[in-house]
Amino acid sequence: MDTTHLQRQAAFVRKNLFDQGYLDEQFIQLEELQDDANPNFVEEIVTLFYNDSARLIRNIELALENSPPDFARLDDSMHQFKGSSSSIGAKKVKKECTQFQEYCNAANAQGCIRTFQQVKQELVILRRKLETYFQLARQTA
Amino acid sequence: MECNGFNSPRSDTFPAGLRVLVVDDDPTWLKILEKMLKKCSYEVTTCGLAREALDLLRERKDGFDIVISDVNMPDMDGFKLLENMGLEMDLPVIMMSVDGETSRVMKGVQHGACDYLLKPIRMKELRNIWQHVFRKRVHEVRDIESHDGFEEIQIMRNVSDQYDDIYLHNGGDLTSGKKRKDVENKLDNKDFEVGPKKILDLMNVPWLTRENVASHLQKYRLYLCRLQKENDIKASFGGIKQADLSPKHTAGKFGLHNSINIQQDDAANGHFGTSDNKIPPHNIDHKIHEAELKGIVSMSMTKPKKAQIVNIPEPQKLSSSGTGLSHSWGSLEPDPKYAAFDSTLTMQYSWRDIQYQEYKPHLQLENSFRHLPLPAIQNHIQVNTLRPVPSTNTIPFNKERDKPSPVEIQPSGAKCRSQQIRQVAPTGNAFDLLSAQSESCMTNFHTSSPPASATFSMKNQGIDRISVTDLESNKGNLIQEIGAAFACIDEDLTASCFQGDCCSINLGFQNIAEVSPYLYDALKFDYENPCDSLEYPVIIDQGLFIA
Repeated sequence: MDTTHLQRQAAFVRKNLFDQGYLDEQFIQLEELQDDANPNFVEEIVTLFYNDSARLIRNIELALENSPPDFARLDDSMHQFKGSSSSIGAKKVKKECTQFQEYCNAANAQGCIRTFQQVKQELVILRRKLETYFQLARQTA
Repeated sequence: MECNGFNSPRSDTFPAGLRVLVVDDDPTWLKILEKMLKKCSYEVTTCGLAREALDLLRERKDGFDIVISDVNMPDMDGFKLLENMGLEMDLPVIMMSVDGETSRVMKGVQHGACDYLLKPIRMKELRNIWQHVFRKRVHEVRDIESHDGFEEIQIMRNVSDQYDDIYLHNGGDLTSGKKRKDVENKLDNKDFEVGPKKILDLMNVPWLTRENVASHLQKYRLYLCRLQKENDIKASFGGIKQADLSPKHTAGKFGLHNSINIQQDDAANGHFGTSDNKIPPHNIDHKIHEAELKGIVSMSMTKPKKAQIVNIPEPQKLSSSGTGLSHSWGSLEPDPKYAAFDSTLTMQYSWRDIQYQEYKPHLQLENSFRHLPLPAIQNHIQVNTLRPVPSTNTIPFNKERDKPSPVEIQPSGAKCRSQQIRQVAPTGNAFDLLSAQSESCMTNFHTSSPPASATFSMKNQGIDRISVTDLESNKGNLIQEIGAAFACIDEDLTASCFQGDCCSINLGFQNIAEVSPYLYDALKFDYENPCDSLEYPVIIDQGLFIA
């Protein structure tokens, strides 16, 4: 059946996300919270995250515009963002955030800028993958 | 649902319906936590700002059972928020953060967090948060109920009375005078009912709850127990044995330990039932010593080591600079009627002018000793034999308050040989030797030479139990004898004495430096009822004790 095929596809995409390290255990936690009262809970959370992340990313960008940047402030802002990305289990994104913070501690502006680009990239990649997944999942619901 | 605290309707399904307030500036986490908590069947309220959360908590005083908050809030430092929540609302607070660094966690705990969760938070971690609520309730109930049925609690209550005084003092509430009487009354009875409720009432602090007080009380008791243990060790320091003394008096009165503890604590705080007296607490050591002394004196009659008189603080301790109180009795050989003076602290009630040069011998003068025959003391106490004690002055006590004449300290019925005791009148700062309130707080010492200056008017009659604690080896006997001489301890006196004592002593200490110049002035001490006012600086001073 189409549904079964779609279901299998969804499952496949999902598994990949975990296997490739895009998502961690937290995502499963979100899935477990999904129930009849909130049938699209996971998607809602991810949407919420991406909406809010725009604000946090902007904060970091502003802080990076200064030269030399205020590393304490940078670290703080990134800390917030990292906390947020941990909420959906964005594993790769988190990793880049940690790297960014290390550069902050080392007062390495270039390192920070470079890593920040990585962060944004990972965010975008994850978003696309999740959108695909959700689409499939919705169709099989 | 009704929000009536522990007895809310949900209690039968506890932990279901637990009222949780979640505070987090991250909307994603807020939503996730809300969902998680709802899954645990808790009643959830969310808040994105710290200030908002505090307002909400204040608005709904009993509206929440537990708070979960992120450490990094934009409008307020998470730790500060934590403190406020804990203090004001007395709610269990759980902290959350992405940062799991040990120092952060430690800080959280220091600020009162009952738990610290790391993000990402698992559902199972949230399932168990009800234990913090439960634990808190159990402890509070236990605190409140623990008063009953425990023998030692009575003593503890005594302590708590005194503790109240401290509270009162601290709170600037001068009801201590009244408290003092309460304490006295209480001391009279073995069973006195003092619990958090009473304390709470007396304190009259609006935002304080009974649970707060109960919890404090409990901690206080534990502290006292600890002090007691230390005290016991110290008590055996002087090696004085006063078997006779012990069993009699305090038997059944107050637990020695407790009383000592109480005293200690009081002394430590410099608070005694007397209201007026606000003795700023000295260093802890002093306090403890004082407390010990006092406690011992008054209550611990039964203490087997009476000889030591109740607290024989270590000489070193006693010799805090200038705290003349402790005179080295040993060398002083004062009139045997002198109770042991705790050199450092206690100028027990009956001694107003005792000035001690050295601390070596710790003499505790306890007011509570009444009718202390001090035969032995005479032999041992030789005023002339003052030893290396630095100016220790013994001041004879006058029984009569207004007697300006040399203070004569005579233990009631004591047959002390007159020993000369040079009394150095402590500075006139109202050196009230404690026993003011109790008559028994009077130590009469015969002094052959006119007192240098001090005149005590001691209100009381009889000799308060004076324990002579002589730390010096050669004084050992003296102490023993003196100790033996003290047969009866008047509990009341003791109690009152203590109260006064501590105050006096504390004052004394404080004023030592100041009073130095006055030392040799003829000072008249008004011996007032300690209850009334304790502001006598005990002037201990360096006067030499002249035999």
